[in-house]
Parts: sequence; C-alpha cells; structure tokens
Amino acid sequence: MTTDDGFKRTYPQVDDWTDSRELLANARKQAEERQLDDVFIVDIDSHISDGGNWPEIMDYVEDPVIREAASAFGDGSKRGAFLNGTDGLQWQNVWGRIPHGQGLKEAVEESDLSRETILSRRCMDQMGLDYQVMFPNAMLFLGMHPVPEMEVHLATAYNRWLVERVLPEDTRIKAMMYLPFNNPMEAEKTVKRFLGKPGVAGFLVTSSRHKPVHANEYMRLYGMLEEAGQVLGFHTHLNWQDEYTSQLNRFISMHAISFVLCNLVHLTNWVINGLPERFPKLKVMWIESGVAWLPFIMQRLDHEYMMRTSEAPLLTKLPSEYMREMFYTTQPLERTNETLLAATMEAMSAETQMLFASDWPHWDFDLPATIWDLPFLDEAAKRNILGYNAARIFDLEIPEKYRALAAE
Amino acid sequence: MSELLVAKVDDLADRERRIVVEGPLEIGVFRLGDEFFAWESNCPHAGGPVCQGRIMNRVNEVLDDEKRAHGYEFVDADVHIICPWHGYEFNIRTGAHPGDRDTRLRGFPVTVRDGAVYVTI
Repeated sequence: MTTDDGFKRTYPQVDDWTDSRELLANARKQAEERQLDDVFIVDIDSHISDGGNWPEIMDYVEDPVIREAASAFGDGSKRGAFLNGTDGLQWQNVWGRIPHGQGLKEAVEESDLSRETILSRRCMDQMGLDYQVMFPNAMLFLGMHPVPEMEVHLATAYNRWLVERVLPEDTRIKAMMYLPFNNPMEAEKTVKRFLGKPGVAGFLVTSSRHKPVHANEYMRLYGMLEEAGQVLGFHTHLNWQDEYTSQLNRFISMHAISFVLCNLVHLTNWVINGLPERFPKLKVMWIESGVAWLPFIMQRLDHEYMMRTSEAPLLTKLPSEYMREMFYTTQPLERTNETLLAATMEAMSAETQMLFASDWPHWDFDLPATIWDLPFLDEAAKRNILGYNAARIFDLEIPEKYRALAAE
Repeated sequence: MSELLVAKVDDLADRERRIVVEGPLEIGVFRLGDEFFAWESNCPHAGGPVCQGRIMNRVNEVLDDEKRAHGYEFVDADVHIICPWHGYEFNIRTGAHPGDRDTRLRGFPVTVRDGAVYVTI
C-alpha cells in the first residue's frame, strides 16, 4: 500500500474537482491509526467515474447502427448516449453541500491506464482496500429504460468495456457483470459470455425495475448461476416515478425509502416463492440499503408465514431462516443507534453474511472504519465482514500476508 | 499547551477559514465578523475533513400564521460548516450539529493579539 506518488495536500475548501487523494486523506489516517493495512479488506460496491467513460464505452456497442447513433448525443461526444437518467439524481450533492456527490471531476495524469483504474487505485490506497468491486452509476437505472432493447445494447457494451479495457489493468479491481434482466434470454447469454473472464466477480441485477424475480422465465438463469457457483447480486436504486415514492417531495425522503423498497419487494418475492428451496446453493446478495430494514422484514414475513403457510408452500422453514442464508452489504450502515444495530447484526448473522461496501464516490459512502470501530463486534467478526466473507463468497485469492488470520 | 499562528487578522476575511496543521492535528480557524472560532477538521460522524467544506447559513423552512409551508430561507445568524464527506453541518459558533446537540466538533481556544490570530492546542 503506498501513497508516495508525489501527491501533496493543499487544505483549501474542497470542490468537485478536488483530487480524491486529498478528499480521502483522513481515510488514510484512519487506516494507519487502526493498522487497517494489516486487515484484508474487500469493497463490494463502488462506483468510479463512469460518466466520463461513457463515450469510450459506446465504442463497445456491437450493433453498428446503435454504435453510430451514439455519435448523435452530446454534440458528437457521445456523452450520456441513450441513458435514461433518473429524475432526482441531481439532488445527490445536497444542493452543492457534498461536492463529489455529482461524481469525481478531478484530473488524472497522462497514462495508458484508464481513468477508471487510476481513480480506483486512489480510493483503494487511501482506504486501505485489497480489492474493489465496481459498478457504474449509469447502469443503475437501465431497468426502467423506456426502450427495453437498449438495456441489452448498453449492458453488453459496458460489460465488454470492463472485461476488455479495465479489469486487465489491475488485479485488485473486480466487477459484477450487468445482467439485462428485462430480457431473460439475453441475461443467460451474458452469463455464458462473461463467466470466468479475469476479474469477473459475479453477476448483478439492478433492482429498480418492475419484473418479478420469481417469474418462471428466470429459472434457467438462476440455475446457470447456481451451477457455476456465481454470486447473484441485487443492487437497489431510486425510482421517484413509482406511485408511492412520487408523493415524496425531498431527496432525503426518497433516498430513505426508495432503495429499501427495491429490496423489500424483490426479497419478499424471492423468499415467499421458495427460490431458496429451488436454488439452495445459489449465492444471493442484497446490495445498498443499509441493514435496518432486515429485522423488520424478517419479523414481518415470519409473522405472516405462520398464519398463511399455504400461500408459501415451497418453504420448509421460516422466512427469516432463509434470509440468514443470504448475503447483505453494509452501506449505508445506519449507526445512530448502536443497540438497534447490534441487534440487527445478530439477527442477520452478520459475522458470516455481511460484506463491507463503500459505495465510493457516492455521497453516502462508508469507510472500513465504519465496521472496525463497532464496539460490539469481536475482531474475528470485523475481519470477516471487511474481507474474508467476500473472499469466500466471490472466491477471491487472499494475499499471503493475511492468510494466517483467515477465518476457518 | 502551545500556540500556533493562524494568520494576521486582516488576512482572514469575514466567513473565511484557514486550516493550520500541527503534526497529525488539523484545525480549521473561522472568522465570523470580529469573532474567531477553531475546530478540529475531523468530523465526529466518520472522520471527514469537515473544515474543508462549504460555509453556508443554516436553512429554515418558512411557515405562515396557519402553519402552511412556503419554502426555504437562509438564517443569517447561524453560519454552518458542512463536512464535504457526508454533509454533516455544524454551527461555526457553537460547534454543534443543529439537530443533535451531542454531535459536536472538538474546539480549541483562539486568541487575537497584536493584529494576529493564534490557536492554542
């Protein structure tokens, strides 16, 4: 781990052009104070600089007509081509109060490396990360694209760009491949095409969409992922256009509810329709809603299931028991009430089921210290959550220096 | 106890801040009118560089006599420093979060002497 690359702090007011090494200088301090460079840490969810890469990604579109048409966007720059940006995202920076909330605009040195890799390394070095699993902002809202086939074009281009351009640049960078979930056959093709490619850590569904996860057309996809031992992640996102969320007048309200709503709906369908019984070895992961929603839905589903068992006939145990076999990422970890958080982490079997996620550079990112400083966890649990759980689930190679401490 | 020179008084404009560094300690010194305030640039939430954030007035929601809402207004009397990591806001005069008095910045005494501003650590 090194930050000795000539970078010097300047201490002025930071803005969206500030070098992220300066913005994250206190993260480096935290890592050193806690000796986190001796802790194996995997960041399961980060989003680096995707907007700036979009013109390059468009060159990977395989349909020549669509690829050519991308040039019609952004005064020929291809910026934002075909994206269905979600209303409300411009509020992420809290009206300018969180400068990097609209993305990192910092300069990077002239290099053969992609900007993505350079910025990812800056983040990993400052936070003390060993691996970073990345995913782009731009794809998070494709599940609601008004032109369904565009999801396939863009997903394929993005997956190819990652696998061919970015992932070979640094073995610390991993990615989950975007599944064009509105088209099950194309999602299956995506698995076949990218499975086993270097740096591919798993496959991911962006959850802001209206396709029920238990639809029969997905069973072959799940079976493929289960057989291949791959992680199937569900990454939440906001949707201000749903009838209920459309009543919310502020981003704080929408952000608090909309992300969680994705997981509540899809996870409920997943459990009640018996998907864990149908695919018992499939590694399912629920990403980016914090964890406060978990004890609610565990209790709620258990309570309902005891009275209405016949509506969930595939289940052979309580919904919460299935939930404790699935995986959850930490960010944004609700930490304002430690008693509730401790109970939540116990309820969800966090020691084996929880995985650290930073969500950097989004406005509500978390740092490894978020986990390391929790007073109610023992050190083994902290190390599992920060890295060893991810290594186990994603089959990541643990560097030699950490192996002695790896959990049994 | 030692004293660090922050700046000449005239070199620090109203609503301006200067960050001084002593070893691992980073302190933001703020001028509001003729008053000066010093806070550690280490946000109590997640350790962000709070003193490198934007300086903005507190926002209030405007209600009429019948408690109907009519949008926002800035409150000139309450000047905030906003942590650039996650948006935690702190009153520069008190160091306190406006919605949680238990969440506050660590402060340091400031002295003005012979036309210069000093902070004691």
